[in-house]
Amino acid sequence: MNTTVGWAGLAVSLLLVAVAAGISWWQRLGLQRQILIAAARALAQLLLVGAALTLVISPGQTIWWSWLWVAAMLGYAATVARRRAPEVPHLLTLALASFTAAAVVTLGVLFGLQVFPLTGRTLVPIAGMMIGNSMTATVLAGRRLTDELRDKRDEVEARLALGQPSRQAATPYVRAALRAALTPQIETTRATGLVFLPGAMTGLILAGTAPLQAVLVQAVVMFLVLAATATTTVVIALGLIRRLFTPDHRLMHLAAPSDH
Amino acid sequence: MEIQQAVAFGFDRVTVRRAGRRVLDEVTARIPASGITVISGPSGAGKTTLLRLCNRLEVPDAGTVGYRGRPLDEVDPLALRRRVGMVFQRPTPFPGNVADNLAVAHPDAGTEEMTIALIRVALDPGLLGQEARTLSGGELQRMCLARTLVTRPESLLLDEPTSALDEQPKRVFEDTARELAAQGITIIWVTHDGAQADRVADRIYQLRDGHLTGAPAEGAGP
Repeated sequence: MNTTVGWAGLAVSLLLVAVAAGISWWQRLGLQRQILIAAARALAQLLLVGAALTLVISPGQTIWWSWLWVAAMLGYAATVARRRAPEVPHLLTLALASFTAAAVVTLGVLFGLQVFPLTGRTLVPIAGMMIGNSMTATVLAGRRLTDELRDKRDEVEARLALGQPSRQAATPYVRAALRAALTPQIETTRATGLVFLPGAMTGLILAGTAPLQAVLVQAVVMFLVLAATATTTVVIALGLIRRLFTPDHRLMHLAAPSDH
Repeated sequence: MEIQQAVAFGFDRVTVRRAGRRVLDEVTARIPASGITVISGPSGAGKTTLLRLCNRLEVPDAGTVGYRGRPLDEVDPLALRRRVGMVFQRPTPFPGNVADNLAVAHPDAGTEEMTIALIRVALDPGLLGQEARTLSGGELQRMCLARTLVTRPESLLLDEPTSALDEQPKRVFEDTARELAAQGITIIWVTHDGAQADRVADRIYQLRDGHLTGAPAEGAGP
């Protein structure tokens, strides 16, 4: 069976948006306008992306267009990360560096070791999932580490005052930030299949792929996301440490989130 | 005569600005190596900043700070901080027991060295295995002092270390500091408590609006 959604099906699914807007109206939440705008925006964005992707990954098209697409996603994700956590200094360049590192590791394994064939059709969605999840982890790790160092400044400086180098003085806080950023992903990985059916697998099954095949793809995707979040967060944390301390081992002034 | 005493810290036209304000304004002074030098003055006068310049947790915007004749920007900051220990206003216990805390300062320190450090600050060596955060405020602050002592510092910077303590533990801390000074450790003690300054000080300098008074400036400099 191959399940496809037609334009009529899409139109009918707008009823579900109406349900959400209706609840907002009924409960006087005042969110109707926002719900409608969000739905319309999502639809427009998806249609645009769909059209662009059709061009980029259509058979016969050079793979360089797909790589360009990946690079654009990477740059955009870095700006989103920066916007979400403006209190984290230098996040734009650090996020770019960490996404690139994660891309090298994960895409290197998946395509280098031929888990998937390297085509636009595989590269773009896989890189998309990798970058999307890395972005969330980046914001979590960057924010947590900056918060830790700012809130526990006395403790950090007590370590520095004992003659510890900045890298060593920051180690307990780096560990806390990495744990905080990785734990949600570990929890998700553990609960997969029992508590919820993840997006890639659901999509494949809906599109008519045999469940076992869908499960194998999903497992690979989960491991990809796990490696990507671990790589991005460690690059972010170690990069931040280099920038939050001076070369002579002083902790710089860190602005509170409300200062932004 | 103080002028003939050996100098521990020298300040030469030291200025620190923060948010457009001069926290320290061309301070020129020297701090003798012997005994306890108290820096007194109201809150916000720049006392803590002056202290933090001495172990390079901060650096001046202008001027030079020196330690034992050498400008601090020529000294390895990590080595300096092991020679110049610091106790902060609020106790800063690290996770773990008292021994774990002392090991942060000196990972190779054995039980004997740790025991001596606790005895020097009038703490019961039986506390080594106790969770640091369960100690009383006074004990905790003396544990922080002991933790600094295991790096074998020549000088100690005390930043209002007893401001959160009751009268009795405050006096114990003062006696401990006097004892350490008698053993030859240079101490700079920042406080806004005039009575305490009179009790512990060998000399008192006043810091007000970024200016240090009462301190000998002659021959100052790193």
